Amino acid sequence: MEIIKTTKLTKYYVKARGIIDLDLTVTQGEFFGFIGPNGAGKSTTIRTLLGLIAPTRGRAMIFGKDVTKEKESILQDIGYLPSEALFYSGMKVKDVLKLSADLRKKDCTAESKLLCERLQLDTARKIDDLSFGNRKKVAIVCALQHRPKLLVLDEPTGGLDPLMQKEFFDILRERNKEGATLLLSSHVLSEIQHNCTRAAIIRDGRIIACNSVDVLSQTSAKRVTVQGVVDLGQLRGMRDRKEMKGSVSFLYSGDMGSLLRTLSSGQIDDLTVTEPDLEEVFLHYYGKDGETV
Amino acid sequence: MTLVRHELKQGKTSFLIWAASIGFLLAICIFLFPEMKEQMHSVNEVFASMGSFSEAFGMDRLNFGTLIGFYAVECGNILGLGGAFYASLCAVGILSKEEKNKTAEFLLTHPVSRIRIITEKLIALLIQITAMNVLLYVISVGSIAAVGETVPWKEIHLLHLAYYLLQIELAGICFGISALLRKGSAGAGLGIAAMMYFLNLIANIADVAEFLKYITPFGYCEGANIVSNGRLDGGMAAVGAVIGIGGILIAYLKYTRKDIR
Repeated sequence: MEIIKTTKLTKYYVKARGIIDLDLTVTQGEFFGFIGPNGAGKSTTIRTLLGLIAPTRGRAMIFGKDVTKEKESILQDIGYLPSEALFYSGMKVKDVLKLSADLRKKDCTAESKLLCERLQLDTARKIDDLSFGNRKKVAIVCALQHRPKLLVLDEPTGGLDPLMQKEFFDILRERNKEGATLLLSSHVLSEIQHNCTRAAIIRDGRIIACNSVDVLSQTSAKRVTVQGVVDLGQLRGMRDRKEMKGSVSFLYSGDMGSLLRTLSSGQIDDLTVTEPDLEEVFLHYYGKDGETV
Repeated sequence: MTLVRHELKQGKTSFLIWAASIGFLLAICIFLFPEMKEQMHSVNEVFASMGSFSEAFGMDRLNFGTLIGFYAVECGNILGLGGAFYASLCAVGILSKEEKNKTAEFLLTHPVSRIRIITEKLIALLIQITAMNVLLYVISVGSIAAVGETVPWKEIHLLHLAYYLLQIELAGICFGISALLRKGSAGAGLGIAAMMYFLNLIANIADVAEFLKYITPFGYCEGANIVSNGRLDGGMAAVGAVIGIGGILIAYLKYTRKDIR
C-alpha cells in the first residue's frame, strides 16, 4: 500500500524555487531516506506533505487521501519531528506532552511515560530551561507518543548525543518493525545508509535519484587506493583524487584495462579497490558538473 | 476547547498585569473625586474654557463637579486607552505569535483544522476581553460606592458598554492583521489603538474632520455625548461592528490559506 505518493508536486515561493515536479512514492513499512543539502527542497517537500504550505501544482496523497483536502484525518496518524524543536515558553515538559495528546484527542500517558524513561527526559522541568538536545527529546516524544502510522523526521539527530542517537534509532527501528512507515530527511548520510531501505536524492528542487540504498551506493565507480610510486598522469576517469605521503586515492569510473596497465608500470606496495560509500556517491551526485554515474 | 484553555493559560500573566494597572488607575481616579469635588466649582470654568483642548476631551460639555462628568472624562480616558491597548495587543499577537515564536510548526501539524484554530483563538480573545471588562466594571462600581457617591447606573452601564464594544471592534481589526503578519506585531496593535484615539481627538477639535468619528471606535465612546444623550450613537456603533466583523472575516480568509514558514 502506498503511504506517500506525490505526483508532479511543485511549490514556488514568491521569489524562490521550492520543489519542481516531485514524484515520490513511499510504500507501507518502508524506512525511506530523503537526502540533500540545505536548501535543496527537503523541508519544502515535508511542509507540503504536512499541509503547512499549499502546493503550487501537482498532488500529494498520504494514506490514499489528498493532503490539501483531508489534512486533519491524515495528521491524526502522522508523527512529525521538526528540525528545530520550539515550544510555548513558560510551559512544563509534561504540559507540552499533554497539550499535544489533547490536540489529538488521545490519552498517551502510558506511551509518553515509557518514551520519557528511555530518553531520560525529566517531565517536571520547564521548556525554557532545557538545552537544545533536551528540547529535541520533547519533540521526539510528541512525535511518537500517539503511535503514528507514518513518522516524518526532518534532520532528527541534531543536538542529540551519540548514546541518545542510538536509543532514538533503536526506537525508530522498533516502530518500523511494528509496521510504521518512516520518512527520514537528513544530510547525514551514514544515518540513511545504516537505517533506510530506500532513499531519494534531491538537488535544486528535483529528485535526481531514487532507489534502494544498496543500489544507490553501487555505482560503476570504485574507490581505488594505491600505495607506492606510480605516475597516474594519463589515466582518464579519475575523480576526487587525494594524495597522501606514499599513497594516492581516487574514485575511478574509467576503463579497468587502462587502470591495470598504468598501475603495472609503477612500483606498487599495496592496492585496494572498494565500493564507494554513500557519502562519496552523494558527493558525486552533487559534483560540479552534476552528471549522473 | 483545548486551544481555548491553552490560550487563556498563555495570556494569564499579561491579563493580570493589564487588569491590575487599569483597575488601579481607575480606582485612584475615583478615590480622588471627593477631594476634587470641593474645588470643582472654580476648576470647572477653567477646564471648560481651554478652547480646543476642552473640546478635544469633551470637557466643554461635561460638568466636572458631578461624579459622572468627572468619570466620563478621567476614567473614560483610562478605560478607553487602557482597554484599547490591551485588546489590540492581545488580538494582534494571537495568530502571528505562532509563527514569530516558531510554535506554528508544532500547533499546525496536529490534527486540528485551521478554521478550528482561528475559532478557538477568537473565543479565547473574546473571553479575555470580556473578563477584563467585567473586572474593571466591578472595580469602578465598587470604588464609586466606597467613596460614598451614588452610582449613576445608566450612564456607567452605557459608558462601559461603549468601551466594551470599542475593544471588541479593535480586537476584530487587529485579529485580521494578526493573520497577515509573520513577525513582530505589538507595534502594529499599539499603533492602531493610538491612531484611533487621536483620530477622535481631531474629530472633536475640527468640524471638518467630524466624519472621522465614523472611522474610529472612540467616536461612539465620547463620554460627553453618551451622558448628555443618554444613549449610544447607533449609526457609529453599527459602522464599528461592520469594521470589526470585517477584520475577523479577513482572519478566516487569510489564515486558512496561509503558507506557514
